[in-house]
Amino acid sequence: MNVDVDVLVVGAGPAGLAAAVELRRLGVGRVLAVDREAEAGGVPRHTGHTGFGVRDLHRFVGGPRYAAAWVARAAAAGVELRTATTVTGRAASPAAGAPAPTWASAPGPLAMALTGPDGLGTVTARAVLLATGCRERPRSARLVPGTRPLGVLTTGALQQLVHLHRQPVGHRAVVVGAEHVSFSALLTLAHAGASVAAMVTEAPSHQTYAAFRAAVAVRWPRTRLLTSTRVGAIFGRQRVEAVELTDLATGATRRLACDTVVFTGDWVPDHELARLGGLTMDPGTRGPLVDQRLRTSTPGVFAAGNLLHGAETADVAALDGRHVAAAIRDHLAGIPWPARPPLPLVCRPPLRWAAPGAVAPGAGAPPMGRFVLRIGELRGHARLEVRQGDRVLATSRAGRLVPNRSISLPAGWRPRVDPDGGPLGVGIA
Amino acid sequence: MVGAAIARELARYRLDCVLLEAGPDVGAGTSKANTAIWHTGFDAKPGTLEARLVRRGHELLGEHAPDLGIPLEPVGALLVAWNAEELAALPGIRERAEANGCPDVRPVALQELYRREPHLGPGATGALEVPGEGIVCPWTTPLAFATEAVAGGVELRLATRVEGVHQSPDGHELATTAGPVRARWLVNAAGLHADELDRMLGHDGFTVTPRRGQLVVFDKLARPLLRHILLPVPTAATKGVLVAPTVFGNVLLGPTAEDLGDKADTASTAEGLAGLLAKGARILPGLLAEEVTAVYAGLRAATEHADYQIRVHGGQRYACVGGVRSTGLTSSLAIAEHVVGELGRAGLPLHLKPGVERVRMPNIGEAFPRPYRSAAAIAADPDHGRIVCHCERVTRGELLAAVRSAIPPRDLDGLRRRTRVLMGRCQGFYCTGAVASLFAEASGRSMAEVLGVPPGVRGGRPRSRGATP
Repeated sequence: MNVDVDVLVVGAGPAGLAAAVELRRLGVGRVLAVDREAEAGGVPRHTGHTGFGVRDLHRFVGGPRYAAAWVARAAAAGVELRTATTVTGRAASPAAGAPAPTWASAPGPLAMALTGPDGLGTVTARAVLLATGCRERPRSARLVPGTRPLGVLTTGALQQLVHLHRQPVGHRAVVVGAEHVSFSALLTLAHAGASVAAMVTEAPSHQTYAAFRAAVAVRWPRTRLLTSTRVGAIFGRQRVEAVELTDLATGATRRLACDTVVFTGDWVPDHELARLGGLTMDPGTRGPLVDQRLRTSTPGVFAAGNLLHGAETADVAALDGRHVAAAIRDHLAGIPWPARPPLPLVCRPPLRWAAPGAVAPGAGAPPMGRFVLRIGELRGHARLEVRQGDRVLATSRAGRLVPNRSISLPAGWRPRVDPDGGPLGVGIA
Repeated sequence: MVGAAIARELARYRLDCVLLEAGPDVGAGTSKANTAIWHTGFDAKPGTLEARLVRRGHELLGEHAPDLGIPLEPVGALLVAWNAEELAALPGIRERAEANGCPDVRPVALQELYRREPHLGPGATGALEVPGEGIVCPWTTPLAFATEAVAGGVELRLATRVEGVHQSPDGHELATTAGPVRARWLVNAAGLHADELDRMLGHDGFTVTPRRGQLVVFDKLARPLLRHILLPVPTAATKGVLVAPTVFGNVLLGPTAEDLGDKADTASTAEGLAGLLAKGARILPGLLAEEVTAVYAGLRAATEHADYQIRVHGGQRYACVGGVRSTGLTSSLAIAEHVVGELGRAGLPLHLKPGVERVRMPNIGEAFPRPYRSAAAIAADPDHGRIVCHCERVTRGELLAAVRSAIPPRDLDGLRRRTRVLMGRCQGFYCTGAVASLFAEASGRSMAEVLGVPPGVRGGRPRSRGATP
C-alpha cells in the first residue's frame, strides 16, 4: 500500500480534518488523512457534553455529532481518509554503518511508514501535517504513590468507557483536577450513575468558569470542591478503596473512601512522531516549535491542533487546521522555507508557554490573530507585555489569568519585531 | 519463576506432576516486579550456592531464551563510582568478579566512560565494565517455563493456595483453597511464603522478611539516553539504585530496598519515589525531563541468610527452595537443574520421556520482530495490522492470540504481562475501553468483571449519538 500524495495529514481529529478540507478547497490534489483509531474524528467522538462547533462550524452540538460533521466534510471535499492505520515513523532504511536518519531528516521527499490491516506501506508526501493531539497525564506520570488497583482512569478513558462502550464505572469517584475538563469528567460520571465524593485541586481555587462551578454546586450539592489539596496516595487491593488527601496548607492527611479515581487535565502533547523526526521542540508546550504559519523546524513539516497547545477546544484546533492549509499550499507552490529560524517567544514565569512558540518576522498573523498562553498561578487582572531586548513592543489587558485556562495575546505587535533584534519575551507587566 | 522452572524441568521425566499457584496467574507474585536484569553473578558472595546458580543460570537462560521466545538483550553493564570511597571499592569488586568466574570485568577510564555514555551525569570517579550483564523480560520468562511445563504434561492449577500439609506414609496431603491434593513428592517454591510452608513441614530454617523495591519506568523517548545498564557500587546493605534499559524499550530506575513486615505491601511511597528521582538526576540528568510511564513496587524474598535456602529432605520426599531473591530471574533454570538433580539423588525416579514438546512464546521485546511491523504476519492475519494499544503497538491479533494461549490471562494484568497492552505512556487514555471490550468478548467475561466494577453499579442511560462502539 505504497502511496504518493501531495499532503499527508497524521491524525484525523478536528485539526487534521479541517486542514485537509481546506487544502482541497485551495486546490491541492492528493490529500491523505490517516488515523490510528477505527473511526476518524478524534477526541470529540467520545465527549458527551455539548458546546462543540461554535467558532468553526457555527453550530452548537455534542462531540460525536461534531466529529461526524467534520468526517462528512472531509469525504465531500475529496480527502482520502484511512483509519485503523498507524503512521509508525521512519521509512528510510539507514545506510550501513551510518547513523539512522529520522523520517524528517532523510534526504529526498518526506516518507513515512504505515501499519494497517492491509499490511505495511510507505507514504511519500511533499508536505506532512502532524495533528496528533494531546492526552492527559496518567496517575503514574504524576507520581501519585500507593497500590495499583483497578478503577484509576483519565477523563479520556472514562469517556470512552461510558460514551463508546456504555459501561458503568463505579459507585463513588474522586476527580483529580478542577479545570474545564474536570467538570466534563464530573458530567460523564453522573451520566454513568457514579456519585462524586470530591473534586480535588492543588490550586487555591477551581479553574473553570464561575457559572459551571455554580451549576455543579446546585445540581450536585454533595460534591465537595477541595482546593489546596493533593491526592497523596491511592489505596486498594483489587479495586480502589480510598485516596489519601493532603491539605497543602497544614500538611494534615486524611482518607476519603471511593472506588474510582479520575485524573483530569494536565495535558501532554502526543509528540512521539515529532520527537522521532528530530524536529526542534518547544520546552514549554512540549510540542514541536512552530512559527505563526505553523511551520516546524523541518521544511515541509507542519503541525496543528492540540499537539501545539494542550488542550484548547476542538473548534480552536480546527481553526489551526484551516489556518495552516495556506502555508502548506504555499510550500507546495515552491515558496521557500524561511532561511533563518524564527525568533523564539520566551515566556517569563509565571507564564508557562505560548503557542505558536516562535515568530517569523513578516510571516503574518497566527491562527485567530492571537497567541495562546498558559500561566502557572492565579493572577488577577494583569497586563501582558511583549518585549524584544529592552524594547517594549506591546502591552495588552489580559483580564483574570487562571492556571489551566486559555489566555489570549493579540498579535498586532508583529510589525514592530526587529528581525535582527533577537528573541522575544512575554511576561506580566 | 522458580516453581515454573522446576515444573518445566520435571516435565522432561515420566512423572505425574501438578503445579500449584496461589495467585491468579503464573509469575504474578514476586516474579513480576523486579529490575529484569540478566545477571552474571559477578558481585555475588563467592562460594555460595547463589553465586554458582546465578552463573549457571546466566548460561542456561542465555542459551534457551531465543528458542523460548524470551526477549533478552546482552547490552552489558557499566558499574560507576561517584566518589573516592566508591572508586577505592572497584578493585575489590573486580577481584570478587574473578572469583565468581567473570574474568572479563575490567576497569574503564573516565574518558571512555563518557564516550560510551555521553548523557551520564558529571562527577563519576571511575567505572568497571561488566560485559556479560543484560536485560530480560520478567513476564515472558515464567510464562515460557510454565507453558513448556504444561505442554510436557504438567497440570497447572491457578488460584490454589496451600493451607495445610498432612504427612502420611504415602506422601503429602495438601489442603488447598481448591480442594485436597495428594503427592508423593513435594517441592516448595512458594516465594515470599516459602518459610510458612517449610514450617508446615516441620522445619524452621529461615524466615522471609519481604524487602520492597520501588521502581520508576520512563518513557521510550528516554531510551536513547543510555546504552548499558548503569550499576552503582554496591554496599553491604543493598545493590543500590541502577538505571537500565528494558526489553520493552523504556528506561528503568530503581530499586529501593526497604525491609517490611507485610508480605503483601507492594505500594509505592512518596519518599521512595523522591529518593529514586534524586538518584536518577545524578546518574542520568536527562532522564528527569522525560515523562514517567509507570511506577511499581515488588517484594524480594529476603531471609536472615546471605544465600538461597535450598534443601532436599530425602526421607521426607520434600524439597524446599526458598530465599531466592532478585537474582532468581537469572538463576531459575539452574535452580531447577540443581533441585531436580538433588531430588533424583534422593530417590525421585527420573526416567526421561521421549519427544518433549518445545514451545516458543510470542515476542514482546522491542529488539525483536513484532507483528505490527511484519508484512508476513499481517498478510497471514489482518488483525496483526490492527493496532489496539497505540503506545506499545499491540495488535488485535496479539491480544486474541494471548486469550487463546495455553495459559490464558484471567484479568487485564495477565493480558498486560503477555502482550504489553495498557502499559505504555498513556496508561489507557486511548485504549482502555477497546482493550477491555475485546478481552471481555474473546474470553467470555463481562466488561464489568474485566474492569473490576463493583457490584450493584446501576450505570447510565445510553445517550451519545453518532458514536459506534
